[in-house]
Amino acid sequence: MGLVTPELGTFIWMFLAFAIVLFILKKFAWKPILNALKEREESIEDALRSADRAKEEMAELQADNERILQEARKEREAMLKEAKEMSSKIVNEAKQKATQEADKLVESARANIESEKSAALNEIKAQVANLSVEIAEKILRQQFADDQQQKEYFKKLMDEVKLN
Amino acid sequence: MKSIHRFLLIVFFIASALTAFASDEHDKHAHHDTHKKEKFEPGNFIMDHIADAYDWHILSYKDKHVSVPLPVIVISEQSGFHMFMSSKFHHGHDAYKGFYIAQEGEFRGKVVEKIDGHEVRPFDISMTKNVVAMLISMIFLMWIFISVAKAYTRRKGQAPKGMQSLMEPLILFVRDEIAKPAIGEKKYEKYMPFLLTIFFFIWLNNLMGLVPLIPGGANVTGNITITMVLAVFTFIITTFSGNKNYWVHIFNTPGVPWWLKFPVPLMPLVELMGVFTKPFVLMVRLFANITAGHMIVLAFVSLIFIFGQISPMLGYGTSVISVLFVIFMDMLELLVALIQAYVFTLLSALYFGMATEEHH
Repeated sequence: MGLVTPELGTFIWMFLAFAIVLFILKKFAWKPILNALKEREESIEDALRSADRAKEEMAELQADNERILQEARKEREAMLKEAKEMSSKIVNEAKQKATQEADKLVESARANIESEKSAALNEIKAQVANLSVEIAEKILRQQFADDQQQKEYFKKLMDEVKLN
Repeated sequence: MKSIHRFLLIVFFIASALTAFASDEHDKHAHHDTHKKEKFEPGNFIMDHIADAYDWHILSYKDKHVSVPLPVIVISEQSGFHMFMSSKFHHGHDAYKGFYIAQEGEFRGKVVEKIDGHEVRPFDISMTKNVVAMLISMIFLMWIFISVAKAYTRRKGQAPKGMQSLMEPLILFVRDEIAKPAIGEKKYEKYMPFLLTIFFFIWLNNLMGLVPLIPGGANVTGNITITMVLAVFTFIITTFSGNKNYWVHIFNTPGVPWWLKFPVPLMPLVELMGVFTKPFVLMVRLFANITAGHMIVLAFVSLIFIFGQISPMLGYGTSVISVLFVIFMDMLELLVALIQAYVFTLLSALYFGMATEEHH
């Protein structure tokens, strides 16, 4: 029966020793360990939370960036379009102006040419008249060198006039 | 912190050195009258190995006994206070100052003295094998966990390392799987030191009980007095942390017909009995589980000697089977060591949880 009978002496030893060990371990082991564990868990939790927050912020930032990029793209497109329009307008205007100018030039050139041409023609006409007079003179001089011929020609001319 | 750590280390080494300094000079004139072969009695053999003792037996060869003597401290009604080493008993064969170790009867294995022809137990606060083993395990426990705690303060915010990383999952297990679910998130912290202490104390002693060599081999958690103290602590803490709701539950159990409480307070009596049976069951469960495991192992070992007495060859043959069974049992006991520590801690936590539960 000794096995199941508690011993007072052992009880006293165990009770005292256990109480002391419980106290010492509580003060020097469990408190620091549990506090450290708790602290670490909290710091991990904090880190996770802040990581989450950072992720969210990142996403937000990314969305912002995307938006800004989109806007920029739109703006660029608009600008490009405007520029294109502007340039085409300018080109058109220039073209029109150039055409007008060219037309004017051509017109004035034509007028010039026309006037030059008429002047030249007049001159040529005068020259031709002079020349023909000279040539006629010369021919006449030659033909009418002898009197015979003069008389003949005169006669002929007179005949012609008669016919008229 | 550091000085405490060093002190524990020194005490631990002195304790181990003392236990290693085992040989006993008195063995030289060991008892010649025991030369004749005694009949092997498995019952006594098993009991002697399970029960507490006044010296720490290491081995016996023929009639030489090697054991560590331990201090015997007794206060006799007649002759007062005595303190001497257990080696004075010469392994239980001699009397010293009128004290001797009873070989038979009610006080078998205990120090007794004869007063008026009757065997009487003096007031006995000897440092027996279990007491010394318990103290060694406690020093070991403090050494481990104070150094772990130091590691936590030294390596703040870093990943655990070495002993720290071995103990951390266990500490977290006690906290997250035992204390938090059983007591609740709000109140568990107050009970953590006690729960951790009993968990590791029981587990360590269960394991040390499996080691057959000094400083293991003592059946500390299989000693009813040790488990009784643990259960008493649980009882005291439960009783003192009981809130109004807990006592109302005991003395005026809700949801029970009134005639069970008045005029005969049947329910309160049953509930009040429950207050005491809970720690009682804790005490018996741990004691019985550990003791039974040791008994089975010792029974297998006894088989060798029983068959060996019939014929030495039969003894050798049996030893093969017995050793295999002992190995199997030891493996099982390794598991039981942890399970019993867990169960004791879990049930204690549940009782604390009951005592602090709020009305809902």
